[in-house]
Amino acid sequence: MPTTKTKTKTTATTRVRPRTSTPRKPAIWKLRLFVAGQSPKSIRAFANLKVLCEEHLKGRYQIEVIDLLEHPHMARGDQIVAIPTLVIKLPPPVRKIVGDLSHTDRVLVGMALQQVAWLGSEG
Amino acid sequence: MTRKPNARQSSSKTLRKALTGIQGLDEITGGGLPRGRPTLVSGGAGSGKTLFGLEFLVRGATQYDEPGVFVSFEETIPDLTVNAASLGFDLGRLVADKKLFIDHVLVSRNEGGATGEYDLDGLFIRIADAAQRVGAKRIVLDTIEALFSELPNPAVLRAEIHRLFGWLKDKGLTTVITAERDGPHRLTRHGIEEFVSDCVIVLDHRIREEISTRRLRVVKYRGSTHGTNEYPFLIDEHGISVLPISSLGLDHAASDARISTGIARLDGMLSGKGYYRGSSILMSGASGTGKTSVAAHFVDAACRRGERCLYFAFEESPRQIVRNMRSIGIDLDPWIRKGLLHFHAARPTYAGIEEVLLVTHNHISSFEPSVVVVDPITNLISVSTLNEVRSMLTRLVDFLKTRQITAVFASLTTGGGPLEASEADISSLMDTWLLLKTVELGGERNRALYVLKSRGMEHSNQIREFLITDQGVQLLDVYVGPEGVLTGTARQSQEGRERAEATLRQQQLEGRGRELDRKREIFEARMSTLRAEFGVEEEILQQSISESRLLDEKLLQDRGQMMISRDADASAFNNGGATPDARKR
Repeated sequence: MPTTKTKTKTTATTRVRPRTSTPRKPAIWKLRLFVAGQSPKSIRAFANLKVLCEEHLKGRYQIEVIDLLEHPHMARGDQIVAIPTLVIKLPPPVRKIVGDLSHTDRVLVGMALQQVAWLGSEG
Repeated sequence: MTRKPNARQSSSKTLRKALTGIQGLDEITGGGLPRGRPTLVSGGAGSGKTLFGLEFLVRGATQYDEPGVFVSFEETIPDLTVNAASLGFDLGRLVADKKLFIDHVLVSRNEGGATGEYDLDGLFIRIADAAQRVGAKRIVLDTIEALFSELPNPAVLRAEIHRLFGWLKDKGLTTVITAERDGPHRLTRHGIEEFVSDCVIVLDHRIREEISTRRLRVVKYRGSTHGTNEYPFLIDEHGISVLPISSLGLDHAASDARISTGIARLDGMLSGKGYYRGSSILMSGASGTGKTSVAAHFVDAACRRGERCLYFAFEESPRQIVRNMRSIGIDLDPWIRKGLLHFHAARPTYAGIEEVLLVTHNHISSFEPSVVVVDPITNLISVSTLNEVRSMLTRLVDFLKTRQITAVFASLTTGGGPLEASEADISSLMDTWLLLKTVELGGERNRALYVLKSRGMEHSNQIREFLITDQGVQLLDVYVGPEGVLTGTARQSQEGRERAEATLRQQQLEGRGRELDRKREIFEARMSTLRAEFGVEEEILQQSISESRLLDEKLLQDRGQMMISRDADASAFNNGGATPDARKR
């Protein structure tokens, strides 16, 4: 599983954005999690994300948690309507994943981590 | 908002409403949308939902000091700004003045299922933030159901939307929620109408006989009476105008003032003063009977008084009317140049009857004339049924009367058939009905007019012939022959005949005068003869009288001398007549 992941991850990056990202250095994942206060869903989402990142993106991710109750105007910039929403700023393209991230499989698909694994296994 | 059993009372006492400022809608809803509550506006694509929402906010911000938030789930802010500009709304300025906040919620397609529980707090926070920035009292969500394509788990989303509506209600925001209509029976695609229990308005855009009409209907308005009909509406450069049919009551003022018809002798037929101000005049006649000419006189007279006049020409172009009227001595050009007279010329077939009516309304509202001519109303029937024309005219007449505008409606009647019957439908709306007709007599067609009715005044019942001369319309004297009113050459021959008779009478008169003179001469001649004879006789008689008097005196003298000689009593002689009586004693 980890081997296929790394191998196909490069194909994914080259396919989506072949030009600008430096191919040698592994991409840094910039993640932004939008929450509203300390709601159970928000806390759960952050915990799930943390676990997931530690497992799949160890050492190459940054998580920015934005509490919309404190920064309401931030919702407009990233077009947030649902809470919690995970916005994957990098690597491109920007993606949004809605929900408290409990379904790990779906999160991985959304982050184009799992999807790539399927493609790799099929191809 | 406790609802009392008496709905009427509750609507007036507890249900507060927010005026939309949309022309006509506030009349239908009896004062606007339910204040602080959500209203669902449902309609198909292109039915005007977004514009409805925009106008609701713009009017609120500009007319009622109620700032608003527009949450657009479909169109971008630049698109909205351009669209609103076509209605004459400057969104950019309202945004800069902090009277309006527009938030574009970009809906992207959902990829992947739900990763877990979520809620719409993000949207709540955005709305709260936007509302707080401008101090919003109103909000429009256009079209919130778009979220269903982005967010997973429709059941959760529905529940969240339900919660959102409740939350907006708690915040006291008067809300308009637009929704795409899904088929004839479903107001929304995802059934969110269940959550909007207060007020539901359906917009419709339909094509019938190649003519499109927009319609609006208040399907539900809890706790309030409302018009339930389908009302036509129009979107033009002034925004939305809805046309209420029945909400206008018959409570318009009735003026006693009279205005001239522009034709002195026609005024004479209307008890000498002309039409009532604010009344509606139907002028019907077949083609070529001079309807436009009579109307032009009225227009000309109004402009002479300095009144504003609006002419709806549904058959001829303004230039053509001006040219034709100049040929009969009425020059309308100066009035056009002065801005007193305005023509609106269009074939009614370019739009549905509702649109024609609304355009008419809008023109009247903006031009504010005191006199309106619609020439002819009959052309409207070509785009609609008689029933619709009647209902349209009812609305138009009511509208004009409430504004005290005197209106002349020319109506083209088809040849043959009783004129009165063909227009019985619309004539009851009219206060004065002039009937123009051609009289066929002696191989000619001549024009005649009469006042069929004129409410509230004594009017002539005569059929009057009139001529269209280069000095305008001229009513002629009335000649009634054995077969009715005489017109044309029949009238002329009648006039000739009367002239001949007059001459004859004159001659007879002169003859009698002469006879009288002659008799007087004879009489006088006889008189002088008699006087001469009398003179002679008088002389003779006088002579004989004096002779006999002399004789008497002579006798008396003789008697006196005899008495003296006989020495009689002189007193007896002197006493004369008394002597015999004294003697008897």
